[in-house]
Amino acid sequence: MNAFVLRVEGLRVSYDHPAGAVRAVDDVSFSLRPHERFGLAGESGSGKSTMALAILRLIRPPGHIDGGEVWLEDTRLSALSDEAMRRLRLAGIALVPQGSMNALNPVVRIRGQIADALADHDAPLSPRLLAARVRDLLGQVGLPPPVADMYPHELSGGMKQRACIAIAICLRPKVIIADEPTSALDVVVQRQVMATLARVQQELGAAVVLVGHDMGLMAQFVDRLGVMYAGRLVEIAPIADIITTPKHPYTQMLIATLPSLERKGMMQGIPGLAPLLRDLPPGCAFHPRCPMAAERCRAERPLLRDFGGRQAACHFA
Amino acid sequence: MATDTAALVELRGVTRTYGQVAALEDFSLAIHADQPRIIAIVGESGSGKTTLARVLLGLVAPTSGHVLYQGRDLHALSGTERRAFRRDIQAIFQDPYGVYNPFYRVDHVLTTPVARFRLAKSRTEARGLIADALRAVGLRPEEILGRYPHQLSGGQRQRVMVARALLLRPHLIVADEPVSMVDASLRATILGSLRQLNQERGISIIYITHDLATAYQVADSIIVLYRAAVAEAGDVELVVKAPKHPYTQLLIASIPQVSTERTWLADEAAKPQDQPGDGGCRFVARCPHAMPLCRRSVPSLLRTEPRRDVACHLYTGGVQQETLAGVSADR
Repeated sequence: MNAFVLRVEGLRVSYDHPAGAVRAVDDVSFSLRPHERFGLAGESGSGKSTMALAILRLIRPPGHIDGGEVWLEDTRLSALSDEAMRRLRLAGIALVPQGSMNALNPVVRIRGQIADALADHDAPLSPRLLAARVRDLLGQVGLPPPVADMYPHELSGGMKQRACIAIAICLRPKVIIADEPTSALDVVVQRQVMATLARVQQELGAAVVLVGHDMGLMAQFVDRLGVMYAGRLVEIAPIADIITTPKHPYTQMLIATLPSLERKGMMQGIPGLAPLLRDLPPGCAFHPRCPMAAERCRAERPLLRDFGGRQAACHFA
Repeated sequence: MATDTAALVELRGVTRTYGQVAALEDFSLAIHADQPRIIAIVGESGSGKTTLARVLLGLVAPTSGHVLYQGRDLHALSGTERRAFRRDIQAIFQDPYGVYNPFYRVDHVLTTPVARFRLAKSRTEARGLIADALRAVGLRPEEILGRYPHQLSGGQRQRVMVARALLLRPHLIVADEPVSMVDASLRATILGSLRQLNQERGISIIYITHDLATAYQVADSIIVLYRAAVAEAGDVELVVKAPKHPYTQLLIASIPQVSTERTWLADEAAKPQDQPGDGGCRFVARCPHAMPLCRRSVPSLLRTEPRRDVACHLYTGGVQQETLAGVSADR
């Protein structure tokens, strides 16, 4: 029996570009235990959303997966036919995409959208059973039964996002990938939606990958965090370690971007810009923005090293 | 110290309704040009924040109440006065992508206002003005000019919008969620630019946001809106550090903190569900302190301390005031 529900090994994704291929995800590996909540954090362009899509083999041209493997328990996803992969999505790994509330079909009632998902995975139900299933699913995400007969425009942003979670869990997936599920919602609703996701995850016994850039949200939700920079993982550690003793300077700076409610003037930006992926600086990709950068950082790319239960890719870690 | 001169912009009892729904109710606010401040307007979606911005900018007329520019009702302004108003009050919007025409170089959004308002006598002077404005927001003109919008980062695009506003030497900038679509790493820089414009150039800023934490970092005073009305207003230190209105308290508790204490999700579980109340306080259905009185009567906005107003039946000792605490001239 496998100790991990999801394993990502050396995953590489690039996008073709007239000036040469751009590597958006470079040699990324991590594993998820059942029930675990894993976070993937980074700025826009760090490759975190591409990661989410690559796990599901949803990268479309000009993008392509160049190497690496993704395992769902004992299934190697790259070995699956397109049809088998299609079946595995939602049933094995479900995605709650970024801005997914806008992905709901505006002219189909919520009940119909759940029915579509079930029917598409060979689980069509009689109208009576479907009604019961929809009621259960909506109940699980804290939506009242009448929502089944409503159209997306009749729902608030938070309700739409919960409807998306209801669809994501309708086939009891083992892994839920949530890509910035609350970035368009205000804080009060964000907390409601995340609490819903946490509860549903516990009921299902699923693992969750939460993709995002809000370190506060990560601190409160995930068990372990991977920090991505320019397509690579630069630090992976249990969340408490990340908060108390971040090893990579980028992780430290990402935490410092969060505005404090205690003291004014504590909010800091990260100087400079994220590098262009087609023109990465030599050595450590972070060195042009790093306050600690030394000669070695400009010449030699730091590898992800083990520090007893955690990893970091920095010469000074 | 109260001023005798008319306020730069004043909203007097402004209500704006859409059909049966009030988007903003009985809202009053005065901004004086000689007292440059940063005022944050905070609230959830649907609280009336954007309606307030649109009323302030003259893009939407109030259903009742008045919007005054230097003491004159906005709809009664002459052509020349209206032009002055358009120049004096500038806007920065949420989406640093949508405001650009992708077929034009970014220069276009900078040269247009210079031409329209005849800010420069020559091309050289115009170029100088634009370069100065870009530098003032921390951009290098040579890295920006001549480029297309897609060649700039979200943070650069948004700072170009701040530079555009600055070109017109306004007295007030209304910034509606200016950083909600840019990366956390760039927020501090953009908000820092706004703060700098306020301190160095005496420009007042209305910072509209759903993010109480950035509001605290940037603003002098804060107005918390809930369902079209002011729940709490006043000095930002008072309101954020010791919130009085249960809604402000909920907002602050809802911000996920970088902390090893993980109470954020646990606290959520016991909270009452959100449902619109009818009559009484707007917040009653969600309020942990709701009393029978709250279901019957709408609490008025009362001054509970010199620099704070609260609309809540828990605080009854206050006095009703015409202007918001910590926002206007009366210190």
